[in-house]
Amino acid sequence: MALRFVKSAALAAAMTLGLAAGAVAAEGEIHIPDTKYSFDGPFGTYDRGELQRGFQIYKDVCAACHSMNLLSYRNLQDIGLSADEVTAVAAGVQIPDGPNDNGEMFERPGRPSDRFRHPFANTAAARAANNGALPPDLSVITKARVGGADYIHALLTGYEEPPAGMTVMEGMHYNKYFPGHQIAMAPPLSQEGQVTYADGTKATVDQMARDVSAFLTWAAEPELETRRAMGVRVLIFLAILGGLAYAVKRKTWANVH
Amino acid sequence: MASGLHQSEFKNPVVRWIDQRLPVFTMMDKEYGTFPTPRNFNYLWNFGALAMINLLIMIATGIFLAMNYTAHTSLAFDSVERIMRDVNYGWLIRYVHMNGASMFFIVVLVHIWRNMYYGSYKTPRELLWMIGVVIFLLMMATAFMGYVLPWGQMSFWGATVITNLFSAIPLVGNSIVTLLWGGFSVDNPTLNRFFSLHYLLPFVIAGVVFLHVATLHITGSNNPLGIEPKGPQDTLPFHPYYTTKDSVGIVVYMMVFAVLVFFMPNYLGHPDNYIPANPLSTPAHIVPEWYFLPFYAILRAVPNKLMGVLAMFGSILVLFVLPWLDGSPVRSMRFRPIARWLFLLWTVNFFVLMWAGGKPAEGVYVLIARLSTAYYFAYFLVLLPLLGKIEKPLALPESIAQPVLRGGGPLPGAATAQPMEKA
Amino acid sequence: MAETPAPSSSPPAMGGGQHHAPADGSKRDFLKLVAGSFAAVGVGAIVWPFIHSMNPAKDVLALASVDVDVSHITEGQAVTVMWRGKPVFVRHRTPKEIEEARTVDVAELRDPQTDQARVQREPWLIVVGICTHLGCVPLGQKPTDPRGEYGGWFCPCHGSAYDTSGRIRRGPAPTNLAVPEYEFRSDTQIRIG
Repeated sequence: MALRFVKSAALAAAMTLGLAAGAVAAEGEIHIPDTKYSFDGPFGTYDRGELQRGFQIYKDVCAACHSMNLLSYRNLQDIGLSADEVTAVAAGVQIPDGPNDNGEMFERPGRPSDRFRHPFANTAAARAANNGALPPDLSVITKARVGGADYIHALLTGYEEPPAGMTVMEGMHYNKYFPGHQIAMAPPLSQEGQVTYADGTKATVDQMARDVSAFLTWAAEPELETRRAMGVRVLIFLAILGGLAYAVKRKTWANVH
Repeated sequence: MASGLHQSEFKNPVVRWIDQRLPVFTMMDKEYGTFPTPRNFNYLWNFGALAMINLLIMIATGIFLAMNYTAHTSLAFDSVERIMRDVNYGWLIRYVHMNGASMFFIVVLVHIWRNMYYGSYKTPRELLWMIGVVIFLLMMATAFMGYVLPWGQMSFWGATVITNLFSAIPLVGNSIVTLLWGGFSVDNPTLNRFFSLHYLLPFVIAGVVFLHVATLHITGSNNPLGIEPKGPQDTLPFHPYYTTKDSVGIVVYMMVFAVLVFFMPNYLGHPDNYIPANPLSTPAHIVPEWYFLPFYAILRAVPNKLMGVLAMFGSILVLFVLPWLDGSPVRSMRFRPIARWLFLLWTVNFFVLMWAGGKPAEGVYVLIARLSTAYYFAYFLVLLPLLGKIEKPLALPESIAQPVLRGGGPLPGAATAQPMEKA
Repeated sequence: MAETPAPSSSPPAMGGGQHHAPADGSKRDFLKLVAGSFAAVGVGAIVWPFIHSMNPAKDVLALASVDVDVSHITEGQAVTVMWRGKPVFVRHRTPKEIEEARTVDVAELRDPQTDQARVQREPWLIVVGICTHLGCVPLGQKPTDPRGEYGGWFCPCHGSAYDTSGRIRRGPAPTNLAVPEYEFRSDTQIRIG
């Protein structure tokens, strides 16, 4: 009986999978190339140097238009900056605050507890400055896009001349990985050496795109390393507990079977 | 012994003192200690206990999430991300809750499947089954409202689409939708009431689960053979036999749960729900959570709005009358040569519906969804009643303790005549 | 526990079987002990994250300091600033108030502390504005407030009176107003916390 049941279940699964596979193959979706990262796979971890380079790209390039509402400067200690370095990064930014005792808003140097500075006062200002398009907040962008870091990397390196016969609208740019292929964002990483990395890494477009994608992945999932490390310990514990539970069950049932 | 006190068998003086006045220990021992349980359960009988554990996990994590969650349209999304980033172990609690919903549906769907395969819904367990369907409905309502709370794009548009289902009701539909929303669109009042109800319903579920278990302990459990125990030789005390067997299942379940939570926490979710809700822009492709997909497929398979909504609700409501649709006196599919295959096909069909529900409603997907919907209902409304009349079941074993037929050879006449007789 | 070959639905017999080798039973008991301990450790490990989630979150801890500009607080004036959700009193004391605070016989105080031990710079008294009795906010910040008979603060809830060094002088409060951690970052900038 049990064997017959397993066989019919396997048949059922095979039929379902076969149908699903056929249908997936039929769709002509954009294929996002796979990029290799240190955090790939179930046990991957972040490369702190890469995250710091990625933060540099964000700070020097992306932050002109894109906010990261959910991050604070203090979070940068996670990517390997010292407390003093974090304070210095924060102090280099003017943060709106207030009202003061005269009821006026003012700007002051940032503190580690401040959220990342918004490039625009509000969304209307952001749209006005960007030809009507709203640059999305990047705090959880890799969780919010199919493909995650691979997609961000593909998008940043996917600018091309439009194929013959396609007209790109005024103010838009052709990108082979963007859904619909017309994106309002001008190519942000356009030339090699756009930034100078402190650690001497050569700043190719691919490298910069890769670094900032890694940084954005960390920003979206700062708990990733803790989570995976805890997961390994939990599974080892459960495996032992499972073995014990099974042994107790076997012993208990020994005289029934 | 003083009159009016319960006769307690317990030796420990404290336990005894309490038990004489409030016989909870006697009750626990009767229901979970010595409770006579068929000796031939397979591991599919773990899933009731797993569902119970899962409910407790959801309530515990939910209470702690609520301590940090803010039910306001402008704060909800950020408050959830704050839980993920700043609250100590907040990411763990939230991912357990989020994936716990999926685990809950996996466990309960297997539990329901086991019920249908082994015919546990048949007399005398019809009410037990119906209470179970009530739990399933409550779970779906709770899960739906919980999914709205993070206030991402899928939360918002899911809430919009699902509440709009009620607009299909003739005459009063729109008034009902306005009432559900507390306004003219899904907005802050909607979010607030969903949070309130999402917190309340799990406790309602816990109450109905109590009724479910109480009913179970009147009729006793079904078993893979689908025949009633004929005497003490057919049963085992629940403890230690099934407590230890359930423990094994619980650990395996936790391992699956842990893989989801720690290594693929967003695998079953949708990326669009990490985009804050925007009432001005609908995502290109709205899909509900995976556990709603089969029902969503049924909704979309019917071209008429009202009929689609009725078909979707009907697909669950039909389960209420399943005990009376299935005319066969034989419970377990092991002894039903035709129904067994039709039910396994129904199972495959359920997965096909689930898959179709995740696809855009166009082209060949609509056709597949329609055929699958037709089979879903045909199984319940046509095939099962018909099989009750024409199917010739295999011979049933004499008893649980003696599953091999004495003398061999099928005894079809005897099997159909009195298969459900209790010893 | 139940060693009977389980043919019955009667309560399992406690204390082991008659027709099994004792070694078997003790082996199982040991196994159960180990499994039970493991499960108990697991439950303990599950409980901790829940409890710890109720402790202050990282953003709450990060906001645990506040900067105060005291340049505009003239002699005799006081301001109240918010620190960790509580009022902190920053008072620019007059020479007379300092004099009063320093001439008190410390031995007679309920919570003996010299004024010097409670301030970093003579004119600036910085205390947490929470009455040490039951947590009300004492009066005395505004010029129109009653300051009690010792010129400091007066708690309207149960009548505790504090002096110009924030020390308890009369009423039910057991201790002096708490002095938060703070530092002068410059002559006009104080960081509390």
